[in-house]
Amino acid sequence: MNSPNGSVSPHAPHGNTVAKVRAGLARRRAAETRFRFYGLASLVVGLAFLAIMFSSIIGKAYSAFQQTYIGLDVQFDERLLAPEGKRDAETLAAADYGGLLKQSLELLFPDVKDRQQKRALNKLVSSGAGNDLRRLLLAKPDLMGKTVRVWLPADDDVDMFAKGQIDRHDSEGDRRLKDYQLAWLDKLQAEGRVEKRFNSLFFKAGDSREPELAGIRGAVAGSFLTLMVTLVLSLPIGFAAAVYLEEFAPRSRWTDIIEVNINNLAAVPSIVFGLLGLAVFINFFGLPRSSPLVGGLVLTLMTLPVIIIAGRSALKAVPPSIREAALGVGASHMQTVFHHVFPLAIPGMLTGAIIGMARALGESAPLLMIGMVAFIVDIPRSVMAPATVLPVQIYLWADSPERGFVERTSAAILVLLAFLIVMNGLAVYLRKRYEKRW
Amino acid sequence: MQKTTLLLLLLLLIALAFYFGRQRSLQLAGGPIRNLHSLPNYYGYYTALWCGLPALLLFILWLGFETSIITHLVLADLPEDLRALPPDRKGLLINDIRNAVNGQFSGEAQPAMRAAADHYRHLQSLSNLLLSVLAASVAMAGAAWGRQRIRKDHRARNKVESAVMIFLMGSSLVAILTTIGILLSVLFESIRFFEIVPVTEFLFGLDWSPQMAIRADQVGSSGAFGAVPLFTGTLLISAIAMAVSVPIGLLAAIYLAEYASLRLRAVAKPLLEILAGIPTVVYGFFAALTVAPFVRDLGMSMGLGVSSESALAAGLVMGIMIIPFVSSLSDDFINAVPQALRDGAYALGATQSETIRKVVIPAALPGIVGGILLAVSRAIGETMIVVMAAGLSANLTANPLDAVTTVTTQIVTLLVGDQEFDSPKTLAAFALGLVLFLITLALNVIALHIVRKYREQYE
Repeated sequence: MNSPNGSVSPHAPHGNTVAKVRAGLARRRAAETRFRFYGLASLVVGLAFLAIMFSSIIGKAYSAFQQTYIGLDVQFDERLLAPEGKRDAETLAAADYGGLLKQSLELLFPDVKDRQQKRALNKLVSSGAGNDLRRLLLAKPDLMGKTVRVWLPADDDVDMFAKGQIDRHDSEGDRRLKDYQLAWLDKLQAEGRVEKRFNSLFFKAGDSREPELAGIRGAVAGSFLTLMVTLVLSLPIGFAAAVYLEEFAPRSRWTDIIEVNINNLAAVPSIVFGLLGLAVFINFFGLPRSSPLVGGLVLTLMTLPVIIIAGRSALKAVPPSIREAALGVGASHMQTVFHHVFPLAIPGMLTGAIIGMARALGESAPLLMIGMVAFIVDIPRSVMAPATVLPVQIYLWADSPERGFVERTSAAILVLLAFLIVMNGLAVYLRKRYEKRW
Repeated sequence: MQKTTLLLLLLLLIALAFYFGRQRSLQLAGGPIRNLHSLPNYYGYYTALWCGLPALLLFILWLGFETSIITHLVLADLPEDLRALPPDRKGLLINDIRNAVNGQFSGEAQPAMRAAADHYRHLQSLSNLLLSVLAASVAMAGAAWGRQRIRKDHRARNKVESAVMIFLMGSSLVAILTTIGILLSVLFESIRFFEIVPVTEFLFGLDWSPQMAIRADQVGSSGAFGAVPLFTGTLLISAIAMAVSVPIGLLAAIYLAEYASLRLRAVAKPLLEILAGIPTVVYGFFAALTVAPFVRDLGMSMGLGVSSESALAAGLVMGIMIIPFVSSLSDDFINAVPQALRDGAYALGATQSETIRKVVIPAALPGIVGGILLAVSRAIGETMIVVMAAGLSANLTANPLDAVTTVTTQIVTLLVGDQEFDSPKTLAAFALGLVLFLITLALNVIALHIVRKYREQYE
């Protein structure tokens, strides 16, 4: 687009006009530059927001992939664990591992006598550390009576301190760790008993109230089950509806109503679908609250318009000559559609379906309505079990006051975004690879 | 037999029915298949449909009613004193029994409870057995019936095709059913709400504090349901969001459509659209943890009192979210303006920016306005950002530095957590949902109408 500025004809009827135009040229050129700059600036601002958001989240998230561990010399004391001499699994499972931890910490810091300080000492390691010891001993019963160095996850405050989120120069009242706790940590550090390791628990554990024990496995499993329900329902229904509306439906008032309806549903706020799910699926049909089944049903209703609209445009892109050729050799209308038109439209329809699924994966508002916000520790195994999904887990953690949840929330966001990028990448690949221009 | 095994068995039976139906047609044809009315596969499909449909229908109906019937039977068999419990205690009891069936006893298990759990388990296995036998026999009977109906001139293809057609039509009705479902569910609860709280008080009342007294003598929780502060709060946040997204989105679209080189466009447009693919909960987190403290600190440094849950922060982030929405729609409409209009303007000596401002934008305006209306409806219905960043205090204010609350935030807070379902508090959420649905519906209808009308102009 070349700019025609200043190309004033020399044969202008009035020299006056030429002078006027010339006089305004500088101003108009300046306006042109300004306008262009505004456009570029808006674009840059939009992209800058994207960059800021990503860098702020990644900046918070990366430390969550490491977890501080404290190495303790634990003596699996038989007197404490199995006072009656029985070593069967039941006794060992119910034994007092907290006492074991206390013992080993007291051994390290023998001069701590004050009760309050003792309690603080025990809180250096995570409250789930006892479970770790139990698992260890149940797996290797011959440890009984021996002393081994065990690396146990540190409490979230200690973890935050090790990651530099708690500043020791703050006044004592302002931080979550007291001076004496810092002194203990310094001693542990000097003895090489503090170590940062890859936080595998984050990927293996379900939700927990303790940041250092909380993981996304439960939420990922819940998201997977919910999406499976959504996929199984919305793919056939969506494709069938698209095929019907595009290939078979007579042009009538009724079809028009369906069309307008679908377009409107695509723009209805997602939370309204949550209200529908609550009133219809839970209160009317009595399906279990918080279950991936109900979540999947709600998300199906939400994604159907997306899948139908995308599917219809994919079907529309198949040229009529294909249909005419098939009809010409004697195929029935249904055979034409299912043997020829539909297979050609499948890449486009699948692209739309994947994009719809990606949107369903990131959706949280309607799932809040149907009770998927419950605090659920167990990893869901069936579509009827109570579950939560990844975005709702992010919401729950973002609401938690503990400092340690900030980095875990950010890390969960990264995991969610990774899933979304993979799905959208797949959609783009499908479109690039199989898209035909007729 | 487990239900999944049964389902697999049914699938196997269907496959067998297909095979036998097909074989039967070939056998009847006795030679070249042109003796048949339809292709052999269609006879297979026909038998498979007869085998599968009735059995699957039975299966689904059984699943739907099984739990309630078993529960009913177990309750009827409970000792007298447990049966006389009020309904809400009974609900708890049923829950306890179900937990006991799964092996989780809450507290000490009473003998009656154990007996009920055993009874429940017994009935469950009986029901599973009965279903398996019934479904399998229905499937086999159906297959036999279908197979027996096959003749040489049987119009199998037409029958199969009309069955498929019914499925296709049914699928397209789901959208209508969804709309009706939304309307009915929201409407019924709203009507019940308006029986308690008058419509006028809800729509025009200035005071929103939905805390109801649990006991009659409780002080300070009268329960006021005047929704005006919510409406103004929603409007305030949406207005801020539009003030951010419309200029940025529109100017970015103009730059991309008219000025940018092809290479820049190929990079910048998808990048901008990433913003549209990010889940809203991520924006909410960003708003609550990064933007809101930043806005507060900035305000403090300028000597302004900024609430830590200010409308400004939520609106700003919501605006960012909507930028790609505005820009990609505007981009479409700007590109739809015919090149001839631009060329005409250039020929008259207009600069490029003059062409854009005086010719291209006015020509694309209806479409852009439609797009902006859609964006407004998106902003009004947006939930997670405001839930996480906008707070709960229902202030009637136009000051963007104050905390406000919105319709969607209140719906979430009223319905999340343990609620008795009949209190005005939960019903109020549905009334708010009705308002939300109607407003966004109206905006969408108008916007789609404008957009469609505009599209026709240049096509």
